[in-house]
Amino acid sequence: MKIPVGSGPVRLSLVESEDEESVRTVVRTLLADRCASDDVAAASDGRHGLSAPLWRSLAVDLGLAGLLVPEEAGGAGAGAREAGTVLEELGSAVAPVPFLTSAVIATSALVHLMSAESADQHAVRDTLAAAASGGSVLTLLLPWSTDPSGPVFTVREEPDGLRGEATPVAGADAGTFLVPALGADGAGLWLVDRAAVQVTPAVALDMTRPLATVRLDGAPARLVVRGPAAEEAVRTGLLTGAGVLASEQVGLAQWCLAETVSYLTVRRQFGRVVGGFQAIKHRLADLHIAVEGARAAARYAAATLADEPDDAPVAVAVAASVCGEVAVRAAEECVQLHGGIGMTWEHPAHLRLKRAVADQVALGTPVRHRARLGGLVGIVPDGECR
Amino acid sequence: MTVDKLCARVAELLRTYPPATTDASVFHRAQFDAGLAWVHFPEGLGGLGLARDLQDVVDTELRAVGAPVNPAGHVGIGVGMAAPTILAFGTPEQRSRYLRPLWLGEEVWCQLFSEPGAGSDLAAVATRAVREGGHWVVNGQKVWTSSAHVARFAILLARTDPEVPKHRGLSYFILDMSAPGVEVRPLRQITGEAEFNEVFLTDVRMPDTARLGAVGDGWKVANATLSSERVAIGGDQARRESGMISKVAELWREHPEVRGAAVHDRVMERWVAAEVFRLTGARLRQRLATGAPGFEGAAMKVMFADLAQSISLLELELDPDAALLYDDWALVRPASVDFLSRGPGYRYLRAKGNSIEGGTSEVLRTIVAERVLGLPGEARVDKDVPWKKVPR
Ligand SMILES: Cc1cc2nc3c(=O)[nH]c(=O)nc-3n(C[C@H](O)[C@H](O)[C@H](O)COP(=O)(O)OP(=O)(O)OC[C@H]3O[C@@H](n4cnc5c(N)ncnc54)[C@H](O)[C@@H]3O)c2cc1C
Repeated sequence: MKIPVGSGPVRLSLVESEDEESVRTVVRTLLADRCASDDVAAASDGRHGLSAPLWRSLAVDLGLAGLLVPEEAGGAGAGAREAGTVLEELGSAVAPVPFLTSAVIATSALVHLMSAESADQHAVRDTLAAAASGGSVLTLLLPWSTDPSGPVFTVREEPDGLRGEATPVAGADAGTFLVPALGADGAGLWLVDRAAVQVTPAVALDMTRPLATVRLDGAPARLVVRGPAAEEAVRTGLLTGAGVLASEQVGLAQWCLAETVSYLTVRRQFGRVVGGFQAIKHRLADLHIAVEGARAAARYAAATLADEPDDAPVAVAVAASVCGEVAVRAAEECVQLHGGIGMTWEHPAHLRLKRAVADQVALGTPVRHRARLGGLVGIVPDGECR
Repeated sequence: MTVDKLCARVAELLRTYPPATTDASVFHRAQFDAGLAWVHFPEGLGGLGLARDLQDVVDTELRAVGAPVNPAGHVGIGVGMAAPTILAFGTPEQRSRYLRPLWLGEEVWCQLFSEPGAGSDLAAVATRAVREGGHWVVNGQKVWTSSAHVARFAILLARTDPEVPKHRGLSYFILDMSAPGVEVRPLRQITGEAEFNEVFLTDVRMPDTARLGAVGDGWKVANATLSSERVAIGGDQARRESGMISKVAELWREHPEVRGAAVHDRVMERWVAAEVFRLTGARLRQRLATGAPGFEGAAMKVMFADLAQSISLLELELDPDAALLYDDWALVRPASVDFLSRGPGYRYLRAKGNSIEGGTSEVLRTIVAERVLGLPGEARVDKDVPWKKVPR
């Protein structure tokens, strides 16, 4: 049995570079100023108004919309490591912005097509340029729980246009949908304008990432690519998304840990600081250990996506499996160890809990990722093992 | 030095001493003298003063051509604990006397720290070292001493001043295990074998040149040893699917009868945990490359113990018939621990020690909580009390 590449000592850097740290500082500063927990909570009351201006600042002023777009196509030409760093900060603040859905997933799918001969390069580049400038927001039209090897065709290509439905779709407030569809001529990837589809917003567990049911009833569409490249592009987008979602989960988990530690170093009961009780100290130590493990897995996933793509499927499956669970655990501990205040709408812990639970399902549950991983490393439930 | 230059140095070693035709001990001496033993050590002491993680580069190159594996790697106490401590606190004479034979495995080391009355509370050790002219005379009892029966030297923590609080009255020594008055008795473990021992020290004389660090600084020196130990225990799994998980993966691939849909996810969960541990270790080592081992070593060690225990338990459950059997209960006194060459029952039982040896997981969690997370310290009743007045 040959275990996939990367089975030697880890050569990729798992430590934050200076460039990544400077990206982090800029994002963190902006979020501290513009994305307070009160503002985020307002999203759950249906009071929008935060996300559009916040996204404009992140997308346009900081240029994050084009982070992963190559320079020749009007972007910053950065990679998954930088995207991961940004997502750690966005996860920490549970920022309600479409960075992951538009600037990572849909963008990576299109960037993949820049080197596909069969793709309509005008369509690819026009769309990327518009997205990179912050002028348009994209999303991939798939159920948000689709994992990188899951079914990607929920829409059919009919003679009169695209027909079908996907639900629940994340980032459905996008202006342009990237739609994988199957038709008489095989697979295709299409661009569909928001005006041509029917979007029914859903009440989401995590209102900071709006979900909707999207219907296409013979929608007019612009073809980007036909054939196997269409599916490859979609899977690249999903794999990149799942890989850096792990960083979002790490950022969220780190916030929960830090917030809990700082609360328990001031909260007193029984005449003592609560954080001094050993039962609490050990729980938090275990959580710290879990978060550090998740961080290493997330950084490795981002590093392989950037620099060692052959190992990315394994690395992403590992990170997605572990980071989702650690984020949920951190958020649960955060609620529990805050006592009554942790149960309130006013305290920001619930925003993390809801995001963590939704994130654990997004782009594939941990169980799905482990099943996929088993196939990659030759440990399968039944039948022949490699 | 760049990675290229380092690889060139390895190539030079392999050219001058082709592993296929060179005796292993000759090869290892040459490797040490070329500074390729532990590249983060200084030149002249087996290293090149490079970042610690560059040793991986050397080891990978050597493994690739089938060069013999350094025997000292099997005896972790010397390489993992004594060596970094000697490097940090030793005199030039001590460094040049001990480090080379230690790395070559020609002289085995053991660790005389724990005592019947001082385990987790290591600073409470009662073994006394009393100065007599240019010598020290040692009396006391140590326990759980791995490898004492094969060791040439020991790192020893002893009390030199009982009048001051416990942390301040300790000194650290290098003990010659062949000195008169050192008696080693096997202690049988739950695995059947006797990997560790009791060591009785009766009027053992040591020269003052055997002291490592200043008189009264023993706690500081011991802490350097312990943090290196935790890094050594926690941090050296370089390849994917190596260590205990390799046994489970092998069982799954080669024995279709153990496979089942329900248990598959649990196997993959452990596989993921093993990979996460490997990556966390790699990240820690990359960070250590710029400095000394920190308290994160404690976190790694807790992670390692949990992992080894959960994998070895799952291995038993996967193969129920094998789980009812045991390979051998004979009381042997092994020179080193080898998890992988024994049966699953041994692996499970031996792994129980992973959360006890080198600091229990409870004590390490407290260290992580205090030193890494900054949570308040434990209540200390013995902190400012002279050691001899503490009730025990
Ligand atoms: C296989 C093996 C090999 C070893 N090899 C060596 C060796 O070579 N050299 C050497 O010097 N020692 C060695 N040891 C000894 C080891 O370091 C000690 O056993 C360990 O430090 C625990 O000390 P103790 O056995 O006295 O347990 P105790 O300290 O008595 O602990 C008993 C229990 O109480 C818990 N506990 C203790 N204090 C606290 C606290 N403050 N808070 C919460 N829980 C606490 C412990 O976690 C443990 O569960 C070895 C041990 C094993 C198992």
